[in-house]
Amino acid sequence: MKVKAQAVQERKPTAKVPKTGADLFVESLQAAGVDTIFGYPGGAVLPIYDALYRAEPRFQHILTRHEQGAIHAAEGYARVSGKPGVVIATSGPGATNLITGIADAMMDSLPLVVFTGQVGRSVIGTDAFQESDVMGITTPITKHNYQVQKQEDMPRIIKEAFYIATTGRPGPVVIDIPKDISGEVYQTAAAEEPIHLPGYQPTMKPNNNQIKKLIHAISTAKRPILLTGAGILHAKASEEVRAFAKRFQLPVTSTLLGLGAFPASDPQFLGMAGMHGTYAANRGLYECDLLINVGARFDDRLTGNLEHFAPQAIIAHIDIDPAEIGKIIPTSIPVVADAKAALQQLKTAEAEMPDTETWRNHLQNYKEEYPLWYNNPAEDLIPQWVMKAVHKATDGNAIITTDVGQHQMWTAQYYGFDRPNRWVTSGGLGTMGFGFPAAIGAQLACPESKVISVVGDGGFQMTMQELSVLQERKLPVKVLIVNNQSLGMVRQWQEFFYQERYSESLLNIQPDFVKLADSYDIKGVRLETQEQLVAELPSLLQSDEPVVIDCRVLRQENVFPMIAPGKGLHEMIGVSR
Amino acid sequence: MKRIITATVQNRSGVLNRITGLMQKRQFNIDSISVGKTEVEQISRMTFVVEVEDMQKLEQLTKQLHKQIDVLKVADITDHAIVARELALVKVVCPPASRNELQSIIAPFRASAVDISKDSMIVQVTGDSDKIEAFLELVRPYGIKELTRTGVTAFLRGHQPQAADGNTYSLITN
Repeated sequence: MKVKAQAVQERKPTAKVPKTGADLFVESLQAAGVDTIFGYPGGAVLPIYDALYRAEPRFQHILTRHEQGAIHAAEGYARVSGKPGVVIATSGPGATNLITGIADAMMDSLPLVVFTGQVGRSVIGTDAFQESDVMGITTPITKHNYQVQKQEDMPRIIKEAFYIATTGRPGPVVIDIPKDISGEVYQTAAAEEPIHLPGYQPTMKPNNNQIKKLIHAISTAKRPILLTGAGILHAKASEEVRAFAKRFQLPVTSTLLGLGAFPASDPQFLGMAGMHGTYAANRGLYECDLLINVGARFDDRLTGNLEHFAPQAIIAHIDIDPAEIGKIIPTSIPVVADAKAALQQLKTAEAEMPDTETWRNHLQNYKEEYPLWYNNPAEDLIPQWVMKAVHKATDGNAIITTDVGQHQMWTAQYYGFDRPNRWVTSGGLGTMGFGFPAAIGAQLACPESKVISVVGDGGFQMTMQELSVLQERKLPVKVLIVNNQSLGMVRQWQEFFYQERYSESLLNIQPDFVKLADSYDIKGVRLETQEQLVAELPSLLQSDEPVVIDCRVLRQENVFPMIAPGKGLHEMIGVSR
Repeated sequence: MKRIITATVQNRSGVLNRITGLMQKRQFNIDSISVGKTEVEQISRMTFVVEVEDMQKLEQLTKQLHKQIDVLKVADITDHAIVARELALVKVVCPPASRNELQSIIAPFRASAVDISKDSMIVQVTGDSDKIEAFLELVRPYGIKELTRTGVTAFLRGHQPQAADGNTYSLITN
């Protein structure tokens, strides 16, 4: 029997109830401009959920089927909208189910404000039912966290939390609310307090001397390269970075998370750098004499062996987080600033143009000689080819979310992001199960956009219960399962580095994803041949309904090219056929 | 190398946990920590003695500390003119016959006997860490029953020689 979706529940008329701490909570969210909440109720947040029930106007509350789904959805929402994602979960298991998402948001600098219920103040510390030490657990994986100790502190704390989450280097802030704080009738009026955070003053404007130094370095460079990171996206500075790159004719490469900051189809773009980056990008980083890093953090998947990372280069690093500068790579031109502010100065500062024609031609040769490649036997579905087909069917304009692994790398390599904030992926933490709920959040943030969740068959099985949300909300998210019946990246490493001992990486038993979708009253399709895909994919992706596409790709396909662990940028394997 | 780092912090719950947690997470070795209130209400001062490999690690530590929302100011004061003090309480084996002898050791260190029982004496000694080490070496032959130390707390002197400038990370000075 199919269950008919019921989008919004009917509300009982509410009798006049006295104002509680939870009403203060609701008012504070309204003051912060929140309209969408991802959450899951439970004992310690009953007062909060009651206040949400009574709230006018109503919040759009997305009831995911697992707290992990809620927080990844909030991450997707934050990633594409730039607005903070708001999450509510109950105490104990509700809170601990959020941990992966909080850590993920911390690594990828996503603004979240996360509310967890807590047991009443009188029983905190007694191992009460559904108690967990949320402050202790979340301290190392949050930008900041609070436990509300007094009702009258709540408005200030919530205001501060939104400010901290969204300014400077964005990140998750957790607010732990004991049940009695939210449940008790509210007594004293809270004073309207301005935000006062003397220990938190992000540096926005760059230092003029450093900008001058950088301009001088650019003017005298023979082999400059620009590395774009996600900091550009957070700063909404893609226009500026483009103007800057154009002005100085800089070759451009990107981190995984920075994709879309600079258009992939621009002739100056060398492709993504790093472990599965292009040959041209990695050679560019290896051979350059000036590396201008804007908003990236020199992650190990980008740098490879540090000894061989940009060994001849002057390093310039623009970052809003001073702790990132010099953390991995000694930096001679540190610029602590918001990327937008720094790039605005760089694109207009007086400067002599460097002569880089030889260098640009040299890199262009790499680009032409060693492009990304794959074999494409007619009888199989090849994942790289599938990603190109997805690009074609969507004109490269869709919002794409992924998990981590092979499908993520293929998407990064072949989708070709020309616009910012279309790419939602778990980069730093590398979280399986991220992509599908993130797509839900992205679709809610951008109802008019085409949202495609490209997931592996392994990752999808970690959070596929959120199909309920698609069904309930009629969200037209397209789930494209790159199904190779294995944990592809694990399998690939076992093939290369563990003599093909495929330990626990082959998923021979799987649900029938088409039937699974059907049980949620969602259209499911299995695609097994190129012919079938060419015929069906465009209409499936253009449909206004949610669709689950089980794309049966060649099982043993690998991601190339590659820098093996411990190797340098110049030691890529699988560069050509 | 050993460095003395001070931090002024907002006295909020969890701030010590946040700071020691980050040191553990980033693999910094803490020799000692001392924390206490300051002349300003709601502001505490922490003094860390840490063992770091090189200047890059040190810079990373001060930056990470400064990144914490509740941390107001961080300074590496090792190379400045400072007053650094530590307090140790030592329970030394001390039968009545040794009391005078022990007193004669205590005196030049300006330490004091704060408790005496029939076979032991508790000595309080204050000073920089070297002085305390020297004192402990001298009393060790008598037998140390128990020992507790507060860890270093430190201050910049009122007057600083000009050469020692430039090692604070409280503001980003490019």
